[in-house]
Amino acid sequence: MVGIEEYAVYVPTPRLERAAITAALGAGRARGARPVASYDEDTTTMAVAAARQALAGAGPVESLWFATTRPAYLEKSNASTVAVAAGLPPETAAYDVGGALRGGAGALRAGLAAGAALVVSSDVRFGLPGSADELGGADAAAAFRLGPDPVAELVGSASITSEFLDRWREPGDARTRTWEERFGVEEYVPLVQRAVDDVLGRCELKREQLDHVVLSLAHPRALGVVRSTFDAAQLGAPDDLGYAGAADLGLRLAAALDRARPGQLVLAVCAADGADAFVFRVTERHRGSRGSEVGAGQPVSYADFLTWRGLLPREPARRPDVKPPVPPASRRTAAWKFAFVAGRCTSCGYRNLPPRRVCLRCSAQDSCEPVSMVDVPARVATFTDDWLSESVQLPAKVVAVDFEGGGRFEFEMTDAVGREVAIGDRVQPTFRLASIAGNGVRNYVWKVRPQEGDS
Amino acid sequence: MGTHALTNPVAIVGMACTRFGEHWDRSVDDLLVEATHGALAATDGVTLDDVDAFWLGSMISGVSGLTLTRPLNISHKPVTRVENMCATGSETFRNACYAVSSGAYDVVMAVGGEKLKDAGYSGLEMPSVPNDGTAPNLSAPAMYSMIVPAYARRYGISEDEVKEAMTHIAWKNHGNGALNPRAQFRKAMAKEAIAGAPALAGRLSVFDCSGVADGAAAAVIVRAEDAHRYSDRPLYVHALALDAGSGTGRNDSDYDYSELSEAARSSQEAYAQAGITDPASQISLAEVHDCFTPTEMVLMEELGFSERGKAWRDVLDGRFDRDGALPVNVDGGLKSFGHPIGASGLRMLFEMWLQFRGEAGERQVADPVYGLVQNQGGSPGDLVSAVTIVSDRRP
Repeated sequence: MVGIEEYAVYVPTPRLERAAITAALGAGRARGARPVASYDEDTTTMAVAAARQALAGAGPVESLWFATTRPAYLEKSNASTVAVAAGLPPETAAYDVGGALRGGAGALRAGLAAGAALVVSSDVRFGLPGSADELGGADAAAAFRLGPDPVAELVGSASITSEFLDRWREPGDARTRTWEERFGVEEYVPLVQRAVDDVLGRCELKREQLDHVVLSLAHPRALGVVRSTFDAAQLGAPDDLGYAGAADLGLRLAAALDRARPGQLVLAVCAADGADAFVFRVTERHRGSRGSEVGAGQPVSYADFLTWRGLLPREPARRPDVKPPVPPASRRTAAWKFAFVAGRCTSCGYRNLPPRRVCLRCSAQDSCEPVSMVDVPARVATFTDDWLSESVQLPAKVVAVDFEGGGRFEFEMTDAVGREVAIGDRVQPTFRLASIAGNGVRNYVWKVRPQEGDS
Repeated sequence: MGTHALTNPVAIVGMACTRFGEHWDRSVDDLLVEATHGALAATDGVTLDDVDAFWLGSMISGVSGLTLTRPLNISHKPVTRVENMCATGSETFRNACYAVSSGAYDVVMAVGGEKLKDAGYSGLEMPSVPNDGTAPNLSAPAMYSMIVPAYARRYGISEDEVKEAMTHIAWKNHGNGALNPRAQFRKAMAKEAIAGAPALAGRLSVFDCSGVADGAAAAVIVRAEDAHRYSDRPLYVHALALDAGSGTGRNDSDYDYSELSEAARSSQEAYAQAGITDPASQISLAEVHDCFTPTEMVLMEELGFSERGKAWRDVLDGRFDRDGALPVNVDGGLKSFGHPIGASGLRMLFEMWLQFRGEAGERQVADPVYGLVQNQGGSPGDLVSAVTIVSDRRP
């Protein structure tokens, strides 16, 4: 029996009011707010946040499958970054399922087939200003740890592949193009119908037996038609979140699992260039909600959002260009740089951040043993606002952080725009981007953010 | 173990300092030529050919001693380039002094110069070794702004009170600089204008930061016993100290950002060398590294001019004003001069040269006994500090 042993979602903190878009562009009307990846997040960093939660307390997995339509790098694997930053050992096989929306469903299917696997999907959704993807998108990541002791076992699945152009994007482009709306409706509705019929047939189930139905479609009008073929109770309350691309299926499946009770059946359908349908049965291991609901977040202005996405470049400070990290140095310190592993001195016990050959407290040589700092409680020792920082978002909040049991490092504090910081505030480490250099190298670093739950 | 006063004391017999500022029309070569020839001209007859060896201080304006030999057409002489971050100027001087004290050379020069304005940036660009990109990324003002909340917390005063002292320091140094024809900024500023400027980093505004400038300064150094052959009023060196910390403060949870222990240690060593037991009363005037206003405030304690926790009060009481008990940065400091790295330590020393010769004009301090120069590089917790003590009396 294979299925979902643990799951987690990550929704970035910034929220963009949709009305801010229509007001700025002077066209249309919109309500609600959508989550957007912060200036220092990309699909890889969001994937790490979800993966870390889904892995918490569990043993290793054999493989990692990472799906996104906005990969941070091409050629170079992003799954490997996710694996290392999530703290997985080098023996983990890590693969990118990149490019297509359908990769979210594909990664899940691959992970279920593989057995002990971590499936992560993450996406950043935007387009040209005023586009449907901008208004109706959501940036998020979801992670599923799959294995033999599931909270939701896989009952069956079905897939259909179909070749047609409903939406497409050239690599690196901001804009996603789409064909006429009615064309998509006519293609997608029968595809979903057939996939659902197939999976229910294989599982010998009837539609009425399904307790929860998850529908993930990039096509809003087709989604509306498909929704109308299920009972409102099966679908749950409609949400205002937006479509999260390759992460959408995972995000919605996690929300359904949060609502589900042991013994209930969950149908999850993703329609993109075909359709994939999965049926899960919730087991007695399910301990209830993982709290996958989306919080209120913090507001971001439309101008900042556009700048973050590279659509409103601003005049930079009169400072030298950002220097990229060099690959050999990053390779040497990979555990520190990507997994936030410090060196604990076995002579005096002090944690050296970063690890050093000679302990900064007691000068013992080669005495450091690796120790992960990700879950060590930490507090602000002192702080400042830096208007001259290389950070995209000014002023950069810089905090000196003391870790419980020893260790200090200075970080950029993120997810704290407009927030008053005080000495003693609790913070938690988070994997982010420091900068993207002119040569395209992404400088991934660990920063800190306000402790979850603290206001 | 220990540091000692020089067995063979040394003296400065000629000094010069260019005007500091935005020298769009002059290269680093031009500045080095002006400072070097100016210092020689201030001696009684020392020519370039008479100089046995040279030390050149520069952080980013050139590499090797050839940066000095080329523009001056010096050939077949030992010329060494020195770098120790923002303390480069004092380091250049210190190493030149050791060479002449040792007897290896009879006449040496320390020359410091920097051309920053050709970089086209606001602030400095620090040379960096290719790295993994994980080092904290703070601007220099941000690093020094950490002093403010740490000092306030440590001594139970408000950040506003610290800011008031910072404003006084900026006001004082701009006022002093207004009287100095070599300063980059020659305008006295009202405290209201200083206090009201927008923040750059923490509580620091542009008025709390030293500027970016070009400049050069130079000194001709001989053994004290020879000094009167080259100058009727030589300036004697009573102490040369340098302290480099381990640079671990920013990773040590015991470190308090209000502390500049390298400055304290370098000054204590210097006082021991000079036989000074009560610096607050024995030092007549000081040029200190006011890269940022909170630095100068904390330095008053580290150098023993104020009791711990009292510097902010002493600053506000005017103790370090030009007419105060212990004038600090009477030439205007980095605040008015800007900070051409390799030159700054020698620029501070040049003010001592003028003061002890009675040539400081409106800035003249009456009857100085000991003058202290403190010059530092790095940031709180990651610092080098150099202290030099001089006097017109032979050690």
